[in-house]
Amino acid sequence: MTPAPAVPLLAVEHLTMRFGGLIAIDDLSFSAGRGEITAIIGPNGAGKTTVFNCITGFYKPTSGRLLLSLGDATAPADVAALTASGRRFRRTAAGAVFLLERMPDHEIAARARVARTFQNIRLFPGMTVLENLIVAQHNALMAASGWTVLGLLGAKRYVQAEARAVERARSWLDRIALTDRADDPAGDLPYGAQRRLEIARAMCTEPALLCLDEPAAGLNPRESADLTAFLKSIQAEHGTSILLIEHDMSVVMEISDHVVVLEYGCKISDGTPEHVRNDARVIAAYLGVEDEEVEKVEAEIGT
Amino acid sequence: MSPMAVDAAEPRPMASAWAPAKIAAALKDALGTALLALGLAVPILALRTEQNMSNELILQPRWRYAAIAVLLAFAARFLYLVAPSLPSRRRTFTAPRGLGRSLSIVLLILLLLYPVLALAVTGKAGAVKWIDNFGIQILIYIMLGWGLNIVVGLAGLLDLGYVAFYAVGAYAYALLATSDPVKAFMAEWVGAGFWPVWAFWICLPVAGLMAAFWGILLGFPVLRLRGDYLAIVTLAFGEIIRLILINWVPVTGGYAGVSGIPRPSFFGLPFNASDGGFAAFFGLEFTPLYRTIFLFYMIVALALLTNWVTLRLRRLPLGRAWEALREDEIACRSLGINTTNTKLTAFAIGAGFGGFAGSFFAARQGFISPESFTFMESAVVLSIVVLGGMGSQIGVAIAAFAMIGGTEILRELDWLKRVFGPDFEPTQYRMLLFGLAMVLLMIWKPRGLISFRAPSIFLRERRLVRSDMVKEGHG
Repeated sequence: MTPAPAVPLLAVEHLTMRFGGLIAIDDLSFSAGRGEITAIIGPNGAGKTTVFNCITGFYKPTSGRLLLSLGDATAPADVAALTASGRRFRRTAAGAVFLLERMPDHEIAARARVARTFQNIRLFPGMTVLENLIVAQHNALMAASGWTVLGLLGAKRYVQAEARAVERARSWLDRIALTDRADDPAGDLPYGAQRRLEIARAMCTEPALLCLDEPAAGLNPRESADLTAFLKSIQAEHGTSILLIEHDMSVVMEISDHVVVLEYGCKISDGTPEHVRNDARVIAAYLGVEDEEVEKVEAEIGT
Repeated sequence: MSPMAVDAAEPRPMASAWAPAKIAAALKDALGTALLALGLAVPILALRTEQNMSNELILQPRWRYAAIAVLLAFAARFLYLVAPSLPSRRRTFTAPRGLGRSLSIVLLILLLLYPVLALAVTGKAGAVKWIDNFGIQILIYIMLGWGLNIVVGLAGLLDLGYVAFYAVGAYAYALLATSDPVKAFMAEWVGAGFWPVWAFWICLPVAGLMAAFWGILLGFPVLRLRGDYLAIVTLAFGEIIRLILINWVPVTGGYAGVSGIPRPSFFGLPFNASDGGFAAFFGLEFTPLYRTIFLFYMIVALALLTNWVTLRLRRLPLGRAWEALREDEIACRSLGINTTNTKLTAFAIGAGFGGFAGSFFAARQGFISPESFTFMESAVVLSIVVLGGMGSQIGVAIAAFAMIGGTEILRELDWLKRVFGPDFEPTQYRMLLFGLAMVLLMIWKPRGLISFRAPSIFLRERRLVRSDMVKEGHG
């Protein structure tokens, strides 16, 4: 794997999310490395999806900083200046820094290049598979169509841009083996294919960070293995960093470079899959035993 | 767009449709229905009471009506049960190549020849009725249906107050064209004869922009609303506009409305008997028919413009974003689509076409009042969109033709007197029959007449998507 660079792609700092009296996430800090696959695991209700919703802008965090940097590493002083300035992001010749907690959801996707999938698949069921992938390229096509005016007049520039969009969609369809079903409605696909299509649709936005919420849920072991290979190929070929929530430990342990474990909104472990697997608190959280009994349990399960 | 595309409510193989056992079962069932109809028809239809001169109730039996109702119920039930239907349950099917296009061309040619045909069939005296009351009336509703289709059918935003934009367009033209300061300004700077002749052509785009502006204004407060809540707020908006038109008497004239609205000219040539008029210029004998025919072609052009823009937009990222918004708003936002702008453009463009239709309406009538812009109009336009099959352009056109044309045709029901006797007054049953037809249509085709969606782009072949896959989009 690539060595971890000095400044991570995404730095979550002191993130807290309260829903009324309920503290869903309590002072959580972790980072996701550039070009790495980071997994967030934890028991049900630990706040994993809430973290995702904060990163992708669907929730406004109660407090904390979500820093995403593209391109070259940005000096800490610049980040501090941006945080103090009240602006949402700063672009330089070398790259850009985004404060995600200040940005609305669609802007995070469009500017900060964060794409996501959902725990319960959210495709456009009545549109065809191809249309799903074309809608994902909305912002690029919108600019090419001169914000609709030129497109309405049939400008050549838009026609060419659309052809390129179809070409990109087609290459993703080839990769997820759905080219034959390109003209079928997305809602008609089997479950596993819908999961793949949702990931391909997110990838069509050319993200720097891809957030996957339980991508292996509901897949059979064979489909899980295919998914693992697919995610690794995305990481290798596109350099896309991946943040994923997953309950399927075989997937997590195989592909993650880095695992963060949550329980009741707090981080209880953070490190390589090997480290996390042997962490007593993680085992306790998953098996639900008292701390003093952990050793006994460890002996039983033979770690 | 072909009869092949008609889907069956239940899969019934064609071959067994005429099996004797099936016929017997259907007869039995139909007999039951007839008995039920008889039970209802005897007290409701057959036994009619009337007061005579001395205030006594006397019984007037109408056995003939009851018999006809029972026979109709029997026949309808029997035919419904034995009617063969296509066993298609597939969710997609391939569009017949070129059929939609050739159908559109044939319809378009018929549309363009319509005034000529009406003249040839009914003569000069009868043609005005057929071109104006029938042709222009239907085309206005086709245009309104196409405009609302953008908001409801494509973007999935349930709008019950569409008539507000129609009213804004109509009043924008009427008030500008009859305003004294504008007239004086134009007379001073351009020339005395300019404004009455050119007012329509200048005000048409202004009215459209005005309605689009009001569409955005309505859009802002309802951005966060979905479904039923959105419907209620848009309904209220429609009523607010109507009440303003009624109560802002100094400007709008209240219930009295605006009269003396300049009629459109033939690009500068007024349709009157003067020497500079249309007829004199082309060396024709003056008749009011020319204006009617010109208005007909004008609304054809406006409606086709609406259709062309909508079809074009569906293939642009904006149109695709509207449809994606109807399917799943959260997924849209996760893909970087600004849903605020997307919704506002849908409201604005839909409203803009409503405004064009409104200013045409004002120019055609020459007089407008708030009574033309009641909730009933919104309901009719929305029914056209729903009945046509949400999102389908040709479906909306067929539905407008059936609904508006149907209610007009139902005025010509004198032949029913031959069936029910000379004292039967058929026009009384006009709206009843119309309501019945709508109920039956929606039972037969719950997702509208055209119950499939044509994808905006395809890789190998254009396969139509059945409407039960498509979200109805109530927000």
